[in-house]
Amino acid sequence: MRPVLSVHEVTKKFHQVVANDRVSFDVMPGEIHCLLGENGAGKSTIAECIYGFHRPDGGTISVRSKELDLRSPSDAIRSGIGMVHQHFVLVPSMTVLENIVIGTEVATAILDMREAAERIAEICRRYNVEMDLNSRVSALTVGQQQWVEIVKALFLGAEILIMDEPTAVLTPQESRRLFAIFREMCESGMSIILISHKLDEVMQSDRVTVLRKGKKVGTVETRASSKSELTNMMVGREIDLGAPRPRGVIGSPMIELHGLCAQGDLGTPALNGMTLTVHRGEIVGIAGVAGNGQKELFETLTGVRKATDGRVVFDGKEVTNHSPRDIQKAGMGHIPDDRFSEGLVPDFDIQSNLILGAQREPAFSKMGFLRFDAIRQFARDSIEAFAIKAPSAQTACRTLSGGNAQKVIVAREFAQSTKAILANQPSRGLDIGVIEYMHGRLTDKRDENFAILIASEELDELRSLADRIVVIFKGQIVGEFRHDAVDLERIGLLMAGHTGEAAAKTSVGEA
Amino acid sequence: MGDLFQETILIGIFAATIRIATPLIFAALGELITEKAGILNLGVEGTMLMAAFAGFAGSFVTGNTLAGLALAMVAGGLMAFLMVFMAATLKVEQVVTGLALNMLAAGMSLYLFKVYFETLSLPTAEVMPYLPIPVLADIPWLGPIFFQQKGLTYLAFLMVPAVWFFLYRTKWGLEIRVLGENPKVIDTKGMSVTLRQYGAVILGGVLIGIGGAFVTIGSVVRFVPDITAGRGWLALVIVIAGNWRPAGVLLAALVFAFLDALQLQIQGIGVDLPYQIFLALPYVIAIVLMVAKSRRGRSEAPARLGIPYFRGER
Repeated sequence: MRPVLSVHEVTKKFHQVVANDRVSFDVMPGEIHCLLGENGAGKSTIAECIYGFHRPDGGTISVRSKELDLRSPSDAIRSGIGMVHQHFVLVPSMTVLENIVIGTEVATAILDMREAAERIAEICRRYNVEMDLNSRVSALTVGQQQWVEIVKALFLGAEILIMDEPTAVLTPQESRRLFAIFREMCESGMSIILISHKLDEVMQSDRVTVLRKGKKVGTVETRASSKSELTNMMVGREIDLGAPRPRGVIGSPMIELHGLCAQGDLGTPALNGMTLTVHRGEIVGIAGVAGNGQKELFETLTGVRKATDGRVVFDGKEVTNHSPRDIQKAGMGHIPDDRFSEGLVPDFDIQSNLILGAQREPAFSKMGFLRFDAIRQFARDSIEAFAIKAPSAQTACRTLSGGNAQKVIVAREFAQSTKAILANQPSRGLDIGVIEYMHGRLTDKRDENFAILIASEELDELRSLADRIVVIFKGQIVGEFRHDAVDLERIGLLMAGHTGEAAAKTSVGEA
Repeated sequence: MGDLFQETILIGIFAATIRIATPLIFAALGELITEKAGILNLGVEGTMLMAAFAGFAGSFVTGNTLAGLALAMVAGGLMAFLMVFMAATLKVEQVVTGLALNMLAAGMSLYLFKVYFETLSLPTAEVMPYLPIPVLADIPWLGPIFFQQKGLTYLAFLMVPAVWFFLYRTKWGLEIRVLGENPKVIDTKGMSVTLRQYGAVILGGVLIGIGGAFVTIGSVVRFVPDITAGRGWLALVIVIAGNWRPAGVLLAALVFAFLDALQLQIQGIGVDLPYQIFLALPYVIAIVLMVAKSRRGRSEAPARLGIPYFRGER
């Protein structure tokens, strides 16, 4: 069989940085071909070269043995290449139909979308996807939005579909369904290029091409390989994030929420009476699809957002609606989900970011003047202790990689907190090595009797790290699991909004 | 007798409202299209001023107001070209660019006026005639208010549904609205973001130019420095007050025009209040409206208004 897509010796440089160094691989008809690699390994760059978004500096890309001259995505689309980007490219305020039709030949001068709507409905029927074409994209769940993206690519006639990290935000059930439909697509002759770093998914592909630091490590038949072999190829050493960690000794309550309510940015309810206790020496993991109140929960706990009802008790003292400064001084550290917009001042250097919030402490200032010797010393110590890779303490944080930026935040919050750490999506977008490191540091803190609350979309992460997992849906806790009784199946259903009983039934029904 | 007097005054105020609204509607619709494409053009005032001058000059030289109008549209388009070149190609800060355009126009219109018209004493140009619409113009009340206006005024009101149709029922309008919400959608479909931004902004500039022309050749025979007198700024407020919708823009333009007409009338009657208060009234109302709006949430403002698009961005 001849490959449907051939990537041959493709090199792509951004200024001096080589993102892809002579990468080659073939995709066969009907194949799910996975590109595996860490951040910065060049997965997305090679995908964007194939989609015509970037122009390679060398090498060729051919479809059905015909070399392509890709000047823009429209050339790729004409050759039957479609792409679903990791960060969805949709207009939230417009309807599903409008989002799919924009820029296709169906969009005639005066819009008449009936024919388009019929064709889209047919695609949906074929893959058994339910979609209300007239609802606004902003009203859809993340999973549904992904379907809009996929249908958008199919509507353009994609035969080779590039999926960039498609399951980053899906529940386990949604992700299984996605793969079932990928298989159907492949049976009807399509090919799928799957970009991922989740080994569970990678194992469902036909072949895997592993990239490391812009270079191809190798292509293997998935069936003939194993998770540990792939990790080894990807990282260059053995890591097992899923390995259970030693559990701590759980003490008395540290953070208590009683019926906490708060509004989201648009004034709609985001937290609807949350009740939760985190004890000393305990890591509690919050499982949930993003946008179900995680961000608001952390902001309310740290005093950034006003609680409209309910109470927060921290170490036995009421702190509801106290100022962020008071709560921080009481010993609570916070690692927000958006590193560069909330966790750091990107244009400040590392040493300034490391002391943010502590700048009035006598250790760092005297009579209103900053003590730069002490700050520099503290920065040097932190950079060493947390293995932050940076030219100097005076480097602007904006130039740091995600992992090193996260380490700066963690170093600061660990130094300033004395009792509890809140972390929202602490490992999002980080390399497996850095994640392993973070997990180790958080476990250390737990062993120092800190109360730790972590929200994550990665259930495997919570399973390995947390002593207890709670599931959040629409601002409420809808389920709770001890670490020795974790049921990922049920957690997935709860995340998707099935209530406890229904979840139990459905899981039986599906099995 | 008193009744008749009152009636004349009321009709006068309403007819003036319609007339005063004309340049505001054109300019605000032009800015609406521009902002829907994600570009914040703060140079409306300057664009109107240049167009007002071009309209005057064109009408003066040719003796034909339509030639003046055409020249004004070209001037509006050129100013918009400058704006979009800075914003879309060079990706310069849009607020600064817009403000610079205003200063450029203030200086340049005055300079050109001095260079070409200095020697003449009080140069005057042809002004567009009133075009009463047969039959309709004779309807009591409605006739004098709506149907004894100038051609551009009728056109302004027709432009409101036309712009709505363009933005919401044509493929170009859809693409323009996408630019303001998420330009990457256009880019990932292999279409040029820059090209569409140029189209939208220049089209908007031409409309703003027509608004500018009405200030000179639509109304008075003379050109004086700063003749647009803040109407461009008001147009910006109208887009916000109208919540980025053509119908809302019309309504807001009428409200501000009415306040202005009222103010003129009150000055004329001689009410015992400093007239500056009435001059300030539209702007006071504008501030109140914007404060009220900001508390109401759900705005139709384009999500990417004023933010340049770079391909690498996520």
